[in-house]
Amino acid sequence: MTGSTWDSRLRSDPGKAGRKALLVLAALILLSVATGCKPRPNVTPSTTNKPVAPQFLLTDISGQKLDLASFRGKVVLLDFWATWCAPCRTEIPHFIEMQNRYGPQGLQIIGISLDDSIKPVLKYYAEQKMNYPVALGNDELAQAYGGVLGLPVAFLIDREGRIVWKQTGEADAAVFEKQIADALSAR
Amino acid sequence: MKPGILLVVVLLSTFAQGQSAKTVDSKYVIEPTTLVSILLQKPTILNVGPKAIYAQAHVPGSEYVGMTSQPDGIKALRNRVKTLPKDKLIVLYCGCCPWDVCPNIAPAFNELKTLGFKNVRVVHMARNFGHDWVDMGFPVAK
Repeated sequence: MTGSTWDSRLRSDPGKAGRKALLVLAALILLSVATGCKPRPNVTPSTTNKPVAPQFLLTDISGQKLDLASFRGKVVLLDFWATWCAPCRTEIPHFIEMQNRYGPQGLQIIGISLDDSIKPVLKYYAEQKMNYPVALGNDELAQAYGGVLGLPVAFLIDREGRIVWKQTGEADAAVFEKQIADALSAR
Repeated sequence: MKPGILLVVVLLSTFAQGQSAKTVDSKYVIEPTTLVSILLQKPTILNVGPKAIYAQAHVPGSEYVGMTSQPDGIKALRNRVKTLPKDKLIVLYCGCCPWDVCPNIAPAFNELKTLGFKNVRVVHMARNFGHDWVDMGFPVAK
């Protein structure tokens, strides 16, 4: 817009232009107050650009409904594993420990087994005294999560139901703990 | 460590290694690129891994047998190959998890050797099928 056009508009309705200018000024003041006036330490980066975790409703190995939506408000560690997978078995004791330690702060671990049948899962669950729900998964659920073409794979889902981290392959407990602690403290 | 305990540890370790894919003699191991190069020859390619992974993606032309770390999988493998000539090229692959801890390749390979098959190869998937095949852009069937 050229200066002359702007001037002519001002001249044609000086009262309207003044009101507009005031509104723009007020909006700028509000914006600066909301975003820039005070330093805000410990601000967690927005996760709104993260993908929403695909919903699922399964029956866990104890016969209870396992609905991901019911865990909204909690941080969920979704672990794709299997009893025949050695690195998966290495991680399980750490997950049991983490569920104990971080559960009161809002962590919920969920196991999705890719075993072909429930029998070995029931046996392993009892032997290890697993303390979080486990359900048998399938290729459709795996596909919904972008494909699980090797185990283990874990997804960390924040309190708003968004996937904030993915771990492919075995990782140290400390790696999981760092991510879980960050997700639990995020607001 | 007491000698008895040491013996048990060694025996357990030996048993565990006996199930690992890394026990297969390297002269029978081929890389994924080699399998890609012979796909057009339509070899018999058998998947001996978990069904949930095969159902998501698999090597074109491959057949699902089952997990040969389990008796049902070995039984299915025997049934599948019982009419094949002993000199037939058979390629086994899994990719369920890292090669060193894959529980399926070695039992399948050993079973075929026991049955007298002389032209068996196993595909080396270092990390898993997703990383070593799909992510490499090799052909995939679903």
